[in-house]
Amino acid sequence: MANKRLALAGNPNCGKTTLFNSLTGATAHVGNWPGVTVEQRIGVYKDKKNGVEFDVIDLPGIYSLSPYTPEEVISRNYIIDEKPDVVINVVDGTNLERNLYMTTQILEMDVPVVVAVNMADVLDKRGLSIDLEALSKKLGVPVVAISALHQKGLKELIAAAEKATESPRTGTSILPYKTAIDQAVAVLGDEDEPVPSPLFHAIKLLEKDELEIEAHPKAYERVQEVVGKDGIDYEASIADERYKYLTALCKEVAKGRVEREAEKLTKSDKIDKVLTHRVFGILIAIVIMFLIFHLTFTEDLFYLGAMGVNFGDGYPGFITYVIGDEEIHMFEGLFWTDGGINGIGTICANFVVGICDAITAGVGAGLELAGAESWAIGFICDGCLAGVFAVIGFVPQILVLFAFLSILEDTGYMARVAFILDRIFRRFGVSGRAFIPMIMGFGCGIPAMMNTRTLASDKERTKTIRVIPFFTCGAKSEFLIMIAAAVGAVIAFPTDLFVFLIYGFGVVVAICAIIVMNITSQREEVPPFIMELPEYHNPQAKALGIHIWDKGKHFIKKAFTIILLSTIVVWFFSHFNWQWTYLEEADTANSILGGLGSLLSPLFVPLGFGKVQTGSYSWTYVVGSVEGIIAKENVTGVMESLAAGYGFETFAELVSASGITTAGLVAFAVFNMLTIPCFASVATAKSELKDVKTYHWTLIFWLGLSYGLACLAYITFEWVWTLAITLPLLAVAIFCLVKYNMYMNDKEKKAAAESAE
Amino acid sequence: MTLNEVAIGSSVKVSKVNGEGKLRRRLFDMGVTPGAEIYLRKKAPLGDPLEVTLRGYELTLRLAEAQFVEVELVSSPEGGK
Repeated sequence: MANKRLALAGNPNCGKTTLFNSLTGATAHVGNWPGVTVEQRIGVYKDKKNGVEFDVIDLPGIYSLSPYTPEEVISRNYIIDEKPDVVINVVDGTNLERNLYMTTQILEMDVPVVVAVNMADVLDKRGLSIDLEALSKKLGVPVVAISALHQKGLKELIAAAEKATESPRTGTSILPYKTAIDQAVAVLGDEDEPVPSPLFHAIKLLEKDELEIEAHPKAYERVQEVVGKDGIDYEASIADERYKYLTALCKEVAKGRVEREAEKLTKSDKIDKVLTHRVFGILIAIVIMFLIFHLTFTEDLFYLGAMGVNFGDGYPGFITYVIGDEEIHMFEGLFWTDGGINGIGTICANFVVGICDAITAGVGAGLELAGAESWAIGFICDGCLAGVFAVIGFVPQILVLFAFLSILEDTGYMARVAFILDRIFRRFGVSGRAFIPMIMGFGCGIPAMMNTRTLASDKERTKTIRVIPFFTCGAKSEFLIMIAAAVGAVIAFPTDLFVFLIYGFGVVVAICAIIVMNITSQREEVPPFIMELPEYHNPQAKALGIHIWDKGKHFIKKAFTIILLSTIVVWFFSHFNWQWTYLEEADTANSILGGLGSLLSPLFVPLGFGKVQTGSYSWTYVVGSVEGIIAKENVTGVMESLAAGYGFETFAELVSASGITTAGLVAFAVFNMLTIPCFASVATAKSELKDVKTYHWTLIFWLGLSYGLACLAYITFEWVWTLAITLPLLAVAIFCLVKYNMYMNDKEKKAAAESAE
Repeated sequence: MTLNEVAIGSSVKVSKVNGEGKLRRRLFDMGVTPGAEIYLRKKAPLGDPLEVTLRGYELTLRLAEAQFVEVELVSSPEGGK
């Protein structure tokens, strides 16, 4: 028998996900299924003693069951269509009034409900208390006090939930409009197919709810006919009545409650005073963002090395092993090098790379000792291990970056950044809210694209999804670091500065792209910005751990599946020719892949890494870029493995052998950074974008823009004088855009004036 | 008087919510309904959006959206401005 399903619903920030983790944590297989229409996390609650098992579903946090964003539609549809056995409505006890607003709507559905009043511990601390019995009596459903964070009251909650599933429940409403609601219910009763939860749907019809009108157009007209005569603005008065009822209810059940305004300065306010300061707020935001990237990627912490501090020969390493006649110091330069102190991310990465190198060296030596054929050693060491380890080696840095961003989101600072930046973002044509998915793009584009569901308009979502890949994700940072190292080897340019500049370039491209889309294909009024600013709180180590582990698992799984497979395929086709004979090192250009790559390489001549510039090595860049479209980690994996195939130690050696110029390398970085990100994000974009046409244009946009800009980057860096041609052209383009914008504005104004008449 | 015209530090009471469609619906759902008490906390560093306290939590909205909210003044900021 399938487990009973228990759905968690509630406002954002009420502690739903903490409860989810507490309920399912130890025993759960937490799964994330991106790219489908429903984004919901499912886990299993198990109590072995009593033999109780529940499937627990974590729904997106929402304020109301009237759809405002697609995310809210998901939660609403889940409860209506999937009919969970019980809904646990999590409410934040410190903010009862607004949290219970949605409760009054959930209660209108025909589904068993248990209300869980969360943050019981905080209530105690503030000297507040809630009369649970009175609340339960008023709402007509069980009410349990819990502390999701400290895992208190969970047993009672599950017991109440289990009991609630045993008997069906019919919806009830606290609204005073009995006659009108009964009439609407009667109308719905005449529909061809029986409507489940008629009370809920009837009230939504009265409220002129968009989704409801779409689902039952005929019933809507009938309802408006029947109740339209009483002249009440139901849309306003229903919300009004709910809050009136709740204000009275909260006065009755909440004791020792002090008005928030009277408290004046809470700890949260004090922090807020500094972080959203009128003068320093923006500066602080920039410094925080810079520090995060610095701590994650730098090899010269606080630029001490550049300022002349002497670090000797660097950290000596602490394990020494001998392979052949070469003595290797494992973890050499782990904490610092002769150039400076490493950032946290770099230290973690060095540690993992040290282990990976040791394994590769050990396996290679072992195979040789066992008398394995050279192709077999090549296959295992250069084909499989080089590719996989290239990815694994960068995972620590991605996770460190991700951890920092999660902390910012967890503490409530992200919402403040949106608040601070809204004014600027609005000029570009999106709301400050779009900042959050964009910044998430620095971690991984897939959750970022899914996060756009919290945006209010289709066009704003389209714009944001299209530019998310320009916010360099963790996988892209891998090949950027690799290219930065190669550039550094050629012209002694600091690695972290190169990475930072490319990151910045991506952001600039994103902003320009939004502005252009806003003027041309995605014209709209600036979407509204009405958002809760959650109280600041300390990040929770456990939630953070689960987050990071989830993310790490995702990358490691990818490394051992799609990346491993790609590198094996690449290795085979790059080490065999059309006659299926094995090619020795330095001969790989004659391989099957070499042939195919060379075939495509003329396409990349304008980008500076085609046949003209890189000769017989050109196919490696082509294969790396094409494989990158499957997954961006492949760029690193393939390049490293192809370099190893030529017998080079690193990508940098391949670079100097191939004769590619710095301009070509920059173009290579730019192209791979801006082009179609990966199969996974393409699938996500497809499901998140409004229709197929928008999706196709998005793919064309990514390909066209990356090709054009990479070409421009190459030409500009190779021949600086070309700026004399490109800059005037740019000016003309901007002029045309401005003119077009003015023309369209006029047209829209006229149309608006006409429709007003 | 509408919410965007109120001085920072004042408390007001909502008398009516204008506008239409999704925007109005959202304001209602977030608790901006007639009779709700709103305290104007601050403006963002660049002068817009606003941060207000209502029903025990903090909400941010732009001046453009605050314009739809008609209010009555309950108390002015201390010392007056």
